[in-house]
Amino acid sequence: MRRQIPLFITFFIGTIILVSEFIPHKPFGNISTTLGGWFLIISGFAIILGQLNLFKVNLTKISRKAPNWQYYIISLVCFLIMLVCGILWGTLRQPGLLYNSEGLVAFFGLKPFDYIFKYLFENLSATMFSLLAFFMASASYRAFRARNAESTLLLVAAVLVMLGRTTIGSTLTGWIPDSLTYLHLPNIANFIMEYLNTAGQRAIMICAGLGVIGSSLRIILGIERSYLGGR
Amino acid sequence: MKIFYLFFIYFFICAYCLLAQEISFTAEDNPNDDGTGIILMWKIEEENVEKIIIERSSDGTNFIEIANPMISDEQYLDVQDIKPNIKYFYQLNLYNRNGEEIISPLQTTVFAKAEWFNSNRYPLFLMTVLLAFAIIYYIVSARKGKHLFIRRISGLETIEEAVGRATELGKPLLFVPGILDLDDMQTLAGLNILSHLAQKVAQYESTLYVPVCRSMVLSTAKEIVKESYLKAGRPDAFNPDSVFYLTDDQFGYVAGVDGIIMREKPAANFYLGAFYAESLILAETGFESGAIQIAGTAMPSQIPFFVAACDYTLIGEELFAASAYLSNEPAQLGSLKGQDVGKAIIIITFLAGIVLEMFGIHFLKEFFTMH
Repeated sequence: MRRQIPLFITFFIGTIILVSEFIPHKPFGNISTTLGGWFLIISGFAIILGQLNLFKVNLTKISRKAPNWQYYIISLVCFLIMLVCGILWGTLRQPGLLYNSEGLVAFFGLKPFDYIFKYLFENLSATMFSLLAFFMASASYRAFRARNAESTLLLVAAVLVMLGRTTIGSTLTGWIPDSLTYLHLPNIANFIMEYLNTAGQRAIMICAGLGVIGSSLRIILGIERSYLGGR
Repeated sequence: MKIFYLFFIYFFICAYCLLAQEISFTAEDNPNDDGTGIILMWKIEEENVEKIIIERSSDGTNFIEIANPMISDEQYLDVQDIKPNIKYFYQLNLYNRNGEEIISPLQTTVFAKAEWFNSNRYPLFLMTVLLAFAIIYYIVSARKGKHLFIRRISGLETIEEAVGRATELGKPLLFVPGILDLDDMQTLAGLNILSHLAQKVAQYESTLYVPVCRSMVLSTAKEIVKESYLKAGRPDAFNPDSVFYLTDDQFGYVAGVDGIIMREKPAANFYLGAFYAESLILAETGFESGAIQIAGTAMPSQIPFFVAACDYTLIGEELFAASAYLSNEPAQLGSLKGQDVGKAIIIITFLAGIVLEMFGIHFLKEFFTMH
């Protein structure tokens, strides 16, 4: 029974969603939207589960003095500060238990939750995002090494696109007459991106689409059961 | 009698003016919907008209204003409380720049109809049916014992090696199921692979970390890992804290996972699911730590990053095929063969489309772009 009920629910809901893609008539027409709404409601409640888990895991590591347990204290303190600020003074649009707390707003310019969010959290997020530029440089350095024919092709294409997308590309090929405009680096870069790159991306997307249909059918028909722990 | 003639002349002049001005107003049912939409179309080539107002009534007498569109829009889709199989009366009021009504409102009536099949989706329906038949046919064939050749996927063959290496080194393994929720197929595909991976980890008595950034994924992943340990005959080795929630925030999650990679130095990192900008940050940090890295996603823009920074990358469909491949069950492998047939159909359709277009025959292109 533990196995049959989830399989039946999956089959039933999966089939309804599939059918609703083709039948606009009620009750199928808006069933996908309705179920999407249900999913949002459930995931909204599930956030509490996540937060409880975060709290429990961190607390366990601190109490057991796990390696680097000091970091978990910082996590918990930050979590509690945001929670308390949110509950007591609310956010930009939501009043908290202490209502709009004009005194604090006059001092900080914002409510405490929004202040921390804007001046601490957003900057930390931006810092993480900006790391991407450096990682991109290091990954490119490794990827663009001419080890064999394929990697040489990648290197050549990458150099052409990089040059074509910068002002130096236009400058380098600016002397080429207009009759040979297709040899201008920006045009070569555009050609690579618009035709070769787009073709490759679309091939991946089409195959991924087929994969999605195949996986969905396996799940709907109960052949794929790994999500139930493979039972 | 005189009055009758005068009225007749007035009517004739009005009608002539209307025709000369080419003012028209029509309404029709919005096709392929559940009977909750009506399309209103107008054509006004009269210079004096500065503003139009559309009104609606369900009894033909009490009209209420529903829209004040631009004249140049030439059509408006009314979806405000429209019910199927009810006759609706519409009228279009035309005003000049002084706000005076120019002519009597133009009226039209229409029924909204609910359709039983969305004809715009014939191509999708056809492809789905073809693919479904191909997949089911090969599943049945495989169950009957027919041998099916499935090409080797190196990234998946390495899973056991990665788990073995982690056990030898006494280091943990890290599994990242992407940053999207359970409603994304890539997340489900990643979790399916987690099931196989967790079984191997349980068999080898190694340690697995699964940090997640969605609460729904947390509960599902925890259940999957628990069941996998049970299936491997090691329920006692399951640590509920090995699957844990970090945060819903994209870069907060990246910071947390990067921290785990740098502190715990996992022997193998698995990034299988949906990823965005964080893909390269995670993969490069993993590369720096010296771990074996296996990634898989169907996000075309993130695949190059994984290819550059990981040892093995499951590209697009390989991610969805992974679970079937790892299970080695005939029925699941049969479904992969069915997908290949689907690919063959698409390639043939493309080629046929190209040839037909070259000869100026457009029906295939029009059929597949009818939406």
